[in-house]
Amino acid sequence: MKWMKNLKNYTPPAFKVIRDDDRCIRCKACVEQCSFDATFYDEEEDKIWNWDANCVSCDRCAAICPTEAITVETRGYSYRHNYSWGSHIDSLKKRAIFGGTPVVSMGNDKPYKIYWDHLLLNASQVTNPSIDPLREPMELKTFLGKKPHSLSLKDGKPDTRIYPQLELNVPIMFAAMSYGALSYNVVEALGRAAQHVGTFYNSGEGGLNKDHYKFQGNIIVQVASGRFGVHKPYLDVGSAIEIKIGQGAKPGIGGHLPGEKVTETISETRMMPQGSDAISPAPHHDVYSIEDLRQLIYALKEATEYSKPIIVKIAAVHNVAAIASGITRAGADIICIDGFKGGTGASPQVIRDNVGLPIEMALAVVDTRLRDEGIRQDISIIASGGIRNSMDVVKAIALGADAVYIGTAALLAIGCTMCQQCHTGKCAWGITTQDPHLSKRVNPDIASQRLINLLDVWALEIKETMGAMGINSIESLRGNRLNLRGIDLTEKEMEILGVLPAGE
Amino acid sequence: MKIVKIYEDSCVYCHLCEVACIVEHSQSKDIIKAFKRETKPIARCSAEFNYPLSYSVMCRHCDDAPCIEACQTGAMHRDERGYVVVNEDKCVGCWMCIMACPYGVIKKDERREVWGLSTKCDLCPDRETPACVEACPNNALMFEEV
Ligand code: SF4
Ligand code: SF4
Ligand code: SF4
Ligand code: SF4
Ligand code: SF4
Repeated sequence: MKWMKNLKNYTPPAFKVIRDDDRCIRCKACVEQCSFDATFYDEEEDKIWNWDANCVSCDRCAAICPTEAITVETRGYSYRHNYSWGSHIDSLKKRAIFGGTPVVSMGNDKPYKIYWDHLLLNASQVTNPSIDPLREPMELKTFLGKKPHSLSLKDGKPDTRIYPQLELNVPIMFAAMSYGALSYNVVEALGRAAQHVGTFYNSGEGGLNKDHYKFQGNIIVQVASGRFGVHKPYLDVGSAIEIKIGQGAKPGIGGHLPGEKVTETISETRMMPQGSDAISPAPHHDVYSIEDLRQLIYALKEATEYSKPIIVKIAAVHNVAAIASGITRAGADIICIDGFKGGTGASPQVIRDNVGLPIEMALAVVDTRLRDEGIRQDISIIASGGIRNSMDVVKAIALGADAVYIGTAALLAIGCTMCQQCHTGKCAWGITTQDPHLSKRVNPDIASQRLINLLDVWALEIKETMGAMGINSIESLRGNRLNLRGIDLTEKEMEILGVLPAGE
Repeated sequence: MKIVKIYEDSCVYCHLCEVACIVEHSQSKDIIKAFKRETKPIARCSAEFNYPLSYSVMCRHCDDAPCIEACQTGAMHRDERGYVVVNEDKCVGCWMCIMACPYGVIKKDERREVWGLSTKCDLCPDRETPACVEACPNNALMFEEV
């Protein structure tokens, strides 16, 4: 054994790695692949051992083992069962032992109600025909940006000011995930997939590596409170600019890229010293009101000659509807609302697990508010945070979204197993790491193909469902809440979501 | 002619190419039996590592093969597929081919009773795609036209 347990810093391991010795051929693939120091080989004993306390259940070892010898199991709590304390016991002990607040990654994993799973879709029967998407055209094309209030003609020609738009072949884009949080190869894969499918990936707040300028036409560039890597060519290469005010996983909290991940190329891209923590402040220090936001929006519009839409991204918080109204009036062309299930590369656990709103609720109240105020056409809505499948996309669009962002879902397609260790920089799947030996684990050829497959399959599933509803264009689904029914929801929840109960 | 191309940027150093090679050249072609019950063959490919670099290397099946040139008995020869292989009956274990190979991909198998045997990649004559290529989880080895 490599280590000896010490009571002083002991909390019981959360996982157990079980190895079937009849199957294990001592190839040591698992040893090499475990980037968390949880697996090792003892030459003298000719035995593979695990240090369970280090295991994060990333499943890399089990996935690579050629003989299927490994099972990674979640351990039950070793303490006497206590309903009210449960996981809080360890959580408290960790703070007491290590004297720090735990940082976590990925999205909120607590068992809050998932409203997508309480919404049912409609289908056509007899009185209105359903449509077969394999025989008839189905339109998923989506334009994001401010729409004109009315159309006018002059001398028989259209005389309406058309605002800059983002044109999407599918109403799904890749959410902001920075180069720095993600490895180079993952950004490469996202860019290639976005280009192939005809949608956009978002650079996140870390600037853009010079190699990735080739994805011009399929990039949304982000301007966050740290302003990392923001300069004229960066703004120019984006098809849209996103001002990041907040993020669903950590509303009210700035960004933090640990110094270990700030390698030479990252420091060059971010325009900051190598090895130092990249801290984005919690607020933008020039945005303290809607009026300030308006100034920033127009500064960016001015800098890019009004050629591209400006997105404002906020976390879903309690008064999201009023904030969205203000953002619309401040001149944003697109608003992104990020629900509390949205992922992150690093967030204090207390914030991730307790702050924010479900995206379903936030989306519904924002869409309703903007319609009531007669300004819905002034802005497009992107829903983000916790979109898990194509039906979540359909339901989001029916609730009022123009498009969705997927982040976690995209990483899952590439290999991520949601072990929530992104902040450690040791991702065993090569996704959220800057270690050149680990990041090789993502082959951009394979990864981009998987992303393309995912979007293609989701697009097909969306078309199938639309066809069943008798709708042949995503435009007709947008905000069409009559195609939704609530199940197992209270009257108040349905009132907020703006849907009728099942059966009505 | 197709050979195994090496894409070092994608190699994750898992050694599964070696495992697959061993299984393919074993008696039973069964992974558990090959490793646990039979005399384990030598892997013809080797995964090499020097952080952060890693790749697996095996015979390049050179057009102008120095190993064939060096072989005194004609054991090292080009087969009908055009690949460089060893005739086990002719090899006398003088290791001249090993001296001559610029890639260091010929291995000594000293387990034969009388004399040793040069062991190297034969590009899996029984298979359409070589075993290492099929086993590689990250397309770091690809069977492609030269
Ligand atoms: S590879 Fe992942 S699952 Fe396997 S032992 Fe290491 S940390 Fe645990
Ligand atoms: S990968 Fe599987 S067979 Fe290989 S050493 Fe690990 S447990 Fe054993
Ligand atoms: S990206 Fe990597 S570290 Fe993060 S959750 Fe996924 S597998 Fe774990
Ligand atoms: S063994 Fe060496 S010299 Fe002979 S063909 Fe292969 S790579 Fe070339
Ligand atoms: S199987 Fe592929 S990735 Fe693994 S060591 Fe061999 S070449 Fe490298």
